[in-house]
Amino acid sequence: MKADIRVALVGNPNTGKSTLFNALTGLNQKIGNFPGVTVDKKTGYSELPDGRNAEIIDLPGTYSLYPKSRDESIVFSVLADRKSTHTPDLVVVILDASNLKRNLLLYTQVADLKIPVIVALNMMDLAKSNGISIDIDAFAKKLGVHVVPICARKLEGIDKLKQAISYANKLALQQNTIDVEAIAPQLIAQIGEEMQVENPYFALQLAHQHEHLSFLSIPESDRIEELEQVHAFHSQKAQATETIARYNYINDLLYDTVHKAESAGGETWSNRIDKVLTHRVFGFIIFFAILMFIFQAIFAWSAYPMDLISNLFVWVEQLVHDYMPAGPLTNLLSDGVLAGLSGVMVFIPQIAILFAFISILEDTGYMARVTFMMDKLMRKVGLNGKSVVPLIGGFACAVPSIMSTRTIENWKDRMITIMVTPLVTCSARLPIYTLLIALVVPNKNVWWIFNMQGLALTAMYVLSLVSAVVVAFVMKFILKGRERGYFIMELPVYRMPRWNNVLLTMYDRSKAFVVQAGKVIIAVSVILWVLASYGPGNRFERIEQKYSQPQYTKTVPEADLKRMVASEKLENSYAGVLGHVMEPAIKPLGFDWKIGIALITSFAAREVFVGTMATIYSVDGDADNIQSVQQKMGNAKNPQTGQPVFTFAVAFSLMMFYAFAMQCASTVATVYRETKDWRWPAAQFAYMTVLAYTISFITYQLLK
Amino acid sequence: MKLSQLKVGGKGIVKEFTDLEMSIKLMEMGCLPGEEISVERVAPLGDPIAINVSGYQLSLRKREASTIILL
Repeated sequence: MKADIRVALVGNPNTGKSTLFNALTGLNQKIGNFPGVTVDKKTGYSELPDGRNAEIIDLPGTYSLYPKSRDESIVFSVLADRKSTHTPDLVVVILDASNLKRNLLLYTQVADLKIPVIVALNMMDLAKSNGISIDIDAFAKKLGVHVVPICARKLEGIDKLKQAISYANKLALQQNTIDVEAIAPQLIAQIGEEMQVENPYFALQLAHQHEHLSFLSIPESDRIEELEQVHAFHSQKAQATETIARYNYINDLLYDTVHKAESAGGETWSNRIDKVLTHRVFGFIIFFAILMFIFQAIFAWSAYPMDLISNLFVWVEQLVHDYMPAGPLTNLLSDGVLAGLSGVMVFIPQIAILFAFISILEDTGYMARVTFMMDKLMRKVGLNGKSVVPLIGGFACAVPSIMSTRTIENWKDRMITIMVTPLVTCSARLPIYTLLIALVVPNKNVWWIFNMQGLALTAMYVLSLVSAVVVAFVMKFILKGRERGYFIMELPVYRMPRWNNVLLTMYDRSKAFVVQAGKVIIAVSVILWVLASYGPGNRFERIEQKYSQPQYTKTVPEADLKRMVASEKLENSYAGVLGHVMEPAIKPLGFDWKIGIALITSFAAREVFVGTMATIYSVDGDADNIQSVQQKMGNAKNPQTGQPVFTFAVAFSLMMFYAFAMQCASTVATVYRETKDWRWPAAQFAYMTVLAYTISFITYQLLK
Repeated sequence: MKLSQLKVGGKGIVKEFTDLEMSIKLMEMGCLPGEEISVERVAPLGDPIAINVSGYQLSLRKREASTIILL
């Protein structure tokens, strides 16, 4: 779509910027990338009253143009890069009317860049109920810009804002806020002259941020560094001076235009809620109760839609088989592509539900309190208060949890969280654990009520959390933090969740998951299908010949014969050959070639293990038919020794392998998507595989 | 006195900072010399703390609070 005017939305976090963005653009939005950086670029289109089309760019929420996180660093780059195709023609600064003082800092910085500005004064209702009255005309006159009072949640004032955007001048008419040149007069003058920068504040920002700006060439950046040396420029001192000057300006401005009624005393609602929710004892109890509820809901509510999706795929696969000519292409489509896709799609309900809860927790302001309560505990192991949410979400699925780590500003904390989240027992491991535990752990009660199988399963869950914490603790010493760790965070007032925002988040995240992880899944499942369906040389033909002889066709029922052919073909397929090649490597873990095949096929997704076992032990039905797989596996004997294949030692060794190994292509793809660097998923895959092998080895050797 | 020494419910006015880098971040968040600060609550495990400053609630770790000197 072509845009007639490009508008950037800028504002503090928790000011309703996203709500305004949604109100302006509706569903007409997309997430892309800023060129060369790892920050998502949210853009949308809005039709203006005069019929023109405005492209709206939602920039990450920030308190100042001096960035604290990777997200925030994009704000100045986008506003400043005049040569880029993203340069906005107009900036809409959204201010929280109930907290104008702190919000105005960012406004004064943006205004001094002399880009045309409009102010959207949000949360007018909250300001009024807090006893704050704002003389909007006087305020607008002092700033020299158009000020539009809005209430984004109630969609009030949106039309007026659109009108203001369509009337916007091409020239920046706002008043100067502070005397920028006084901060570093000679340096600003010289940068301005050498780099042809007219705006003094822009020149000053170049001096502060030149190392991180992609639109500056290395010689340019080096030259600025040189000039800073010459003029003895101290970046932090200059920033402190500037901030104080800006607040002096803001205090003057507010003194004349904003009046706050002396508060009648008494506690706000938000404070009363906090007394309970962050209580020494109840705080944690409530938090764990909420987690249990979410955990239960993810399983309970997703069961029905997940069945629906997998049935839909079975139906489509059947259609393909029925209506397409039989042959390798049909098989590839149904057993390769469709089977692989259904493996991804089936997780959509869990992802959507988890993200709905996360966005509700964030929207209401509760997430900030969880962070506040857990920070001390998490910091001890190299994580951050904000790591709690992804780790808990990991019980459902690592993919949305890793996506949710974006809320962690500190780079090191976020990376460690991403690296350890896949260790948490996700729902895909559940079928493997239940199958293997049922096979080797007796279904007996110990100590009155505890079922031994249930205890074994609980132990696997506890182990996963413990291992995540231990690995995080180790990584705390390995990773070099580029930023100094700190925790200065706003605790926003409690609010009702915005339901359409929750729905949009569900939709956005599910779509991102399907598109990004889907590509990888399809590729991997096609490759696996080919490996499992074809064999070297004429092995397959010989098998066909062998089983077409009368001794088989006469004595064995047709269904059984088919299964015997399929089973022997698998053994002789490329995957089977690979399994045999692998056998020496996995023998110390207690695994045979058949388990080896399952390890390969379940590389893409852990739950494929059960299905592969089913095929290998030539069982009727599908992966969901766990009972019969279990019986066959229980009866399986080692041909050389005559002993059962799945002993206690083998089963637990296998469970340990799946507990630690990164057997999930979707997670690998997501970690790449979130870090935009192949080294992270590669390192994660490597450490988890090494850990899996070592712990399986120890388990098998100790138990056998 | 340092902010970190203030008890819950205690009030003070910011005088100065002992750490330049931290002071920039705090000032950007509206925590400036001359502003009144009150300690609203302490996290269940004793750290971080939540303070009231320029009309909103801010949470920070005790180590960071110890860089703020009160009048």
